[in-house]
Amino acid sequence: MLSLFLRDTRLGLRAGGGVLIGILFFLAVIAVVPFGVGPDLKLLARIGPAMLWIGALLATLLGLDRLFQADRDDGSLDLLIMASDRHILALTVLVKCLAHWSTCVLPLVIASPLLGLFMNMEPAAIGATTLTLLVGTPAITLIGAVGAAVAVALPRGGLLVSVIILPLTIPVLIFGVSAAYGAVQDPAPFVAPFLILVAITLFFAVIGPLAAAAALKSSAD
Amino acid sequence: MTEAVSKAGRWIDLANPTRFINFAGIVLPWLVGITLLVLAAGLWMSFQAPDDYQQGSTVKIMFIHVPFAWLSMMCYTVMSISAIGTLVWRHPLADVSAKAAAPIGAAFTALALITGSLWGKPMWGTWWVWDARLTSVFVLFLMYLGIIALTRAMDDPAKSSKATAILTLVGFINIPIIKFSVDWWNTLHQPASVIRMGGPTIHPSLLWPLLVMAVGFTLLFFTLHIMAMRNEIWRRRVVAMRRIAARSAERRGV
Amino acid sequence: MRLVAENLAGERGGEILFSGLNFAVAGGEALMITGPNGAGKSTLLRIIAGLLDKAEGRIRLDAAPAGFDGLVSACHYLGHLNAMKPVLSVEENLRFWQSFSGIGNHTIDEALDRVQLGDIGHLPFGYLSTGQKRRASIARLLISHRPVWLLDEPTAGLDKGSEDQFAGVMRAHLSGGGIVVAATHLPLGLDGAQELVMGRGGF
Repeated sequence: MLSLFLRDTRLGLRAGGGVLIGILFFLAVIAVVPFGVGPDLKLLARIGPAMLWIGALLATLLGLDRLFQADRDDGSLDLLIMASDRHILALTVLVKCLAHWSTCVLPLVIASPLLGLFMNMEPAAIGATTLTLLVGTPAITLIGAVGAAVAVALPRGGLLVSVIILPLTIPVLIFGVSAAYGAVQDPAPFVAPFLILVAITLFFAVIGPLAAAAALKSSAD
Repeated sequence: MTEAVSKAGRWIDLANPTRFINFAGIVLPWLVGITLLVLAAGLWMSFQAPDDYQQGSTVKIMFIHVPFAWLSMMCYTVMSISAIGTLVWRHPLADVSAKAAAPIGAAFTALALITGSLWGKPMWGTWWVWDARLTSVFVLFLMYLGIIALTRAMDDPAKSSKATAILTLVGFINIPIIKFSVDWWNTLHQPASVIRMGGPTIHPSLLWPLLVMAVGFTLLFFTLHIMAMRNEIWRRRVVAMRRIAARSAERRGV
Repeated sequence: MRLVAENLAGERGGEILFSGLNFAVAGGEALMITGPNGAGKSTLLRIIAGLLDKAEGRIRLDAAPAGFDGLVSACHYLGHLNAMKPVLSVEENLRFWQSFSGIGNHTIDEALDRVQLGDIGHLPFGYLSTGQKRRASIARLLISHRPVWLLDEPTAGLDKGSEDQFAGVMRAHLSGGGIVVAATHLPLGLDGAQELVMGRGGF
């Protein structure tokens, strides 16, 4: 398993494409917001956490088809599925998700404080948003694995993956933003939505790989 | 020593689907008749029902809005049961059932949202609000569309059936969220008044038309579902026959 | 050890490609699957490997050696694709597969020598020629041990010399008690192999 994680991480970093496109897309989304809503700094600060979350969500969804596509294209996916006696396929999927998150999504989380400055957010808001992104984006990757597994056999499945998975990621978005706002607005709670966000991530960490493993086994052709 | 045994659940085995088509042919005329009768009775009772003292006659949108909402969830439940049938028992009709039900469910969900919106404008003063109930029903609508998109993208039923089944089951978690959203969160949408502990809180003069309409629309759903399943079986037969024709032409050297 | 298929049927795209297939291969024996394109050779191999569902019938491995619980866990599968990452070196690729699939009877260096890639193991896989890539993926069969080899056109892209060499590799596996099931157009140079002809009227 460790060798799989290291291999996938090395591939994610060496290939270079995935990381860069994700960050660029995130940057693009945040950059056009002030052009769209006007340069009113107070308004930007107010919608900042939400826009960061939306940008990170979309950028993560776009990168999801990279999860299994390369392995399917060169025949490795067949071997990973066949190895399910030695290595439970759900565990293999989980390790791949972690490697994918570390290389393609973690850079987004790291970039978010910088982009928060573009949105004129105060330090507490930036900190809270980054923390909720750190905890919530794994949930998107994990449940996104189901969509990636289901659409891996389709020729241009990338966009379809995003469309299928989007409804399931809405709770993550709701609680992530709610926690981020809770840290800066007085009456709103932070701990409660944050803990629910953690719970969702843990829950998706179980059903995501299991459902994705089942979908991979049935889509091998 | 390991063994891998396979049941003959292949599509080419036409016994079950043929029996279903015969069954549909016998049952459908009766089902259509009963549906029309019950819906007519329900509509008559709806028009006879008294006006609400607060809402006036706009309360009667409830008689179609609530059944649409119930049916949108029931249809997804039917799809989830079909999904279990596909994954666990490999029943040949299970994935036909799921594929046929998806557009019907999407339509009922859309109608629930639209009628709710039409009711909400005079009642709440707004066409739409992002409270828990409306948001989760909207998410349900998106899920229906996603499942429809997935089944249309894969034209080989053998491949798409399991993938769609898994996706449907993963999305089933939304159904209890919808049902209990009005209890767990403070929402603009009213709390449950019919299916709740302690019995319904609606007055019988409004409850009976509602239940009759609900039964009528449920019958409508099953009528449409059986029709759609029959169509899907016929469609797959046409595809199979075309493939066989192409293959035999190739063998003859054409 | 015996690989036994009873009444096996396979389909693709909703159409039955073959049915009523029976064969039995004992340890130390090879089965060659021949036939025209589209006859279902690859489908049959993928069904044995567990990657495709069979339409009917049974396939099992009797008396498997210790440590191999199911048919699929006892198989090496070499398909049309090479299952190697172009950006990683040949050695890195093999090291990953050895760590993932278990250590076998050969070290990576020994395996590369057997397929005559000994001095280019450090090069990125993507820089190799077609024949070299195929030989590298043959090396994958040697670094982890599996008693059953499922090979789909294993010599595709190889020249005559490499083909003979590969026949030697297979013979070594068979003499160690292994089973080889290979789909191929070309004769693989194995004597005494059973032949299964698939195709129009062949099943």
